Amino acid sequence: MKFLAVIEQRDNKLKKSSFEVINTAQSIAQQLNGEVIALVIGNKVQDLSREIQGLGVSKTIVVQQPRLEKYSSTAYPKIISEVAKQEQVSVILLPATAFGKDCAPRLAIKLEAGLAADCISLKVEGSEILATRPMYAGKVLADIKINSAIKIFTLRPNVFAAGSSTGAQSDGEVVDIPLTESDFASIVVETSQITGKLDVAEANIIVSGGRGMKGPENFKMLEDLAQVLGGAVGASRAVVDAGWRPHSEQVGQTGKTVSPSLYIAVAISGAIQHLAGMSSSKYIVAINKDKDAPIFQSADYGIVADAFEIVPALTKEIQKLTGR
Amino acid sequence: MKLAVCINHVPDTAAKISIAGDGKSIDKTGITFVLNPYDEFAIEECLRLKEKYTGEVIAISLGGDAHKETLRKALAMGVDKAVLLKDDSRRDSYTVAHGLAGYLKEISPDIIFFGKQSVDVDDAAVGTMVAEILGLPSVSVVLKLDISNGAAIAEREIEGGKEKVQTTLPAVFTAQKGLNEPRYPSLKGIMAAKSKPIEEKVPVAIQPKTEIITMHRPPSKKSGKILGTDVTTVSELVKLLHEEAKVI
Repeated sequence: MKFLAVIEQRDNKLKKSSFEVINTAQSIAQQLNGEVIALVIGNKVQDLSREIQGLGVSKTIVVQQPRLEKYSSTAYPKIISEVAKQEQVSVILLPATAFGKDCAPRLAIKLEAGLAADCISLKVEGSEILATRPMYAGKVLADIKINSAIKIFTLRPNVFAAGSSTGAQSDGEVVDIPLTESDFASIVVETSQITGKLDVAEANIIVSGGRGMKGPENFKMLEDLAQVLGGAVGASRAVVDAGWRPHSEQVGQTGKTVSPSLYIAVAISGAIQHLAGMSSSKYIVAINKDKDAPIFQSADYGIVADAFEIVPALTKEIQKLTGR
Repeated sequence: MKLAVCINHVPDTAAKISIAGDGKSIDKTGITFVLNPYDEFAIEECLRLKEKYTGEVIAISLGGDAHKETLRKALAMGVDKAVLLKDDSRRDSYTVAHGLAGYLKEISPDIIFFGKQSVDVDDAAVGTMVAEILGLPSVSVVLKLDISNGAAIAEREIEGGKEKVQTTLPAVFTAQKGLNEPRYPSLKGIMAAKSKPIEEKVPVAIQPKTEIITMHRPPSKKSGKILGTDVTTVSELVKLLHEEAKVI
């Protein structure tokens, strides 16, 4: 039984979610006596294959050419499905990132395969893989079985353990997948990345602010706290709807569903659609003036006080500890 | 320009969700269903494209009779035609996509819009699956769209930034919040929508590829401790996060 772990790279660097995908594929494959093949696509990505091989996969396939430097929602899925067919894989794993979420549906159709998207757990039962994934933004969890010959799973970032290098040093195998002009019907022409900005969906620590922050200017203190923690700033829907923060930072049912190891909710009351999006965080801290705010029901640690007093003090205290 | 927008009828985001007696579906009792929030942006974008380039907007929904309510909302917002692909069976994203694609193939739109995900199943898959079935390019999670000379430039959201994507038309797009500001239906629109016909069709039936074995509630948190009510508790919090939780 062969597993295909699809690697996401950006600017020829492996994304953390790729380590999680490889490690999960290996752990499931081991239980089913399978092997893991990794696939990396891009331009001049051969060097990355050494790093991937170091993670202990049985083989790394490299598909590269200049036109693949940036993502194409038509070409990339074609390459993945061609490789999946050539290698006769039965399971494909991708990260549930902007990249993986765009590729996976196309693969499902190309390979007539079932898709379990945004999984938070995979386990083996008998000879089956059972996936757990949130629905209704995490208000319920569903255990899903895929009935097709090929099975596709996308894994939510930050939930699965990432593997580490075994020190193996071999090169991947460069494979040529012929592509025509029509395979590039859709292609990324420009990427604008806010440098150094960590996305809430990928952050291990999130500091989120709600309407109680009173105005956009006060988010500076949350940015400072996030910085000393090496985390990202998030926001409630009310804050985004008021235009204080961009939608890309919204946590909740019409924003992002996140599972960081630490979620600090500052001046957020905890509406049901917000709680759904963050309650699977490992540890939750709530700071709110209102002792009856529903957020305290979900919090591991709470401080009932004015955020404007607590946050700067917290930043200082953590700075002492982390030195950031 | 022929524009199609595929919409879904979902529980309101404020709804509490509980699991039904069969253990693998949700209990719909007492839940208010609404037009999927992301689909509002998709409808709005189609209406704006129509206003700019002329043409017609067709709203399509696959599901039971209850979906008519959501189709009426689309009519009230200003779409020209509403089609219900009537089906009460359990479908997964794969079979919904095939059902929608069958009808879309018949009408061959220039642009097909979806919301970036339906806030019930949260697969974020149907739109891109439809594109693949129809052999069309697609851009998902779109924040901005410009159409000119039979091609499109779309901006899509990625982690910590944006991608500018060039695509040929016809194409499929899935809308992210922020693409536009959806209009409220006018009173006139609401009245007119009541008497507009909703065409009914039967979508192709195929076997789902996935199966929900059980649904369960997320592990509930033990209500945590309130450490205190003033700034002196900050050092205790940091100590707990460092030594007990070990997250910093």
